[in-house]
Amino acid sequence: MTDGEPTNDAPQTGEKRPAARRWGVIAAFVFVIALLVLLGLGLRRTTQGPLGVDDQVPDLTLTTFDEGDIHFNDLRGQVVVVNFWASWCKPCEGEALELEQAYQMYRDEDVLFLGVDYVDTEPEARQYLERFDITYPNGPDLGTRISQAFRIRGVPETYVIGPDGRLAAVKIGPYVSLEEIVGQIETALAQ
Amino acid sequence: MKRRFLNQVRILALLLVFLQLTTLTVHGQGGGPSDDEVNAVASQLYCPVCENVPLDVCPTQACEQWRATIREKLALGWTESEIKGYFVEQYGARVLATPPAEGLNWLVYILPPLALVGGAFVLVRAVKTWQSNPEVEPVTSSSADDDPYLAQFEEELRRRDA
Repeated sequence: MTDGEPTNDAPQTGEKRPAARRWGVIAAFVFVIALLVLLGLGLRRTTQGPLGVDDQVPDLTLTTFDEGDIHFNDLRGQVVVVNFWASWCKPCEGEALELEQAYQMYRDEDVLFLGVDYVDTEPEARQYLERFDITYPNGPDLGTRISQAFRIRGVPETYVIGPDGRLAAVKIGPYVSLEEIVGQIETALAQ
Repeated sequence: MKRRFLNQVRILALLLVFLQLTTLTVHGQGGGPSDDEVNAVASQLYCPVCENVPLDVCPTQACEQWRATIREKLALGWTESEIKGYFVEQYGARVLATPPAEGLNWLVYILPPLALVGGAFVLVRAVKTWQSNPEVEPVTSSSADDDPYLAQFEEELRRRDA
């Protein structure tokens, strides 16, 4: 055997090494692709925007300040006006009275108003409700679960759910008049 | 006798001054939690409304209300973890500066050390490979047999020499 000749076991290790390396590379690629998919899904969710008209509203539970639970699925057959607000939100103050007026107008019909208090502190929230004489059910957005489900971008935002559980109208920002609220409720009632 | 009485008066006066100063200091602190104590908890929280701004330096009204809540809870004797737990329950885990080690959050804790170990492994292997093959392979000279132009050039040189 000359110096330059390969030994018998050399080709075996030579075969094992590329195979192991190949699997290592495949595993690394799978890992990186899985990470990219996760990142993509996260990005898609953050850029998705809020729920839109005709979107199905998921089953959510609002625990009101009076400690009562309201399940969205139990409200099928009614028009539900879900208003997101906060005591620190100045534009919310501009529509608070009109929302209460609209609630009083429709309280004998199948229209329910729900106030979801977004990222707020309870004493200030209660003061806000007292200040604007708001009488429809209101509650904190515990764990920000409801606002995340609606994918809201800020407050105020209002979602009018039709009797079929799908969104009939959406208002991003404050309502400018009572007529605007009435118009959206009538659209939902007409469905 | 008179001197002894004067000494006693002096000691009494000193004690009174000391007592007064102590009372003033306690009164100045207000008895409640200090700003530093509130900010120590607030710095570990983020308000979802003001993303990427820790609660202790966030200037919005919402953050002010949150800091007031922290102060109130501290005054009631709540511990730091109890306050953080309350905020998580109210506003979700995203208010925490350090995400809880559960679910996909584990990636945050696992990936950086994994990347570090992986990078070190690749680096060590590369260094070992360089060390085991220190000789640079000589550049193979082009043979005239492979290159017809070179062969022609060499032929021309030979002819000229002859």
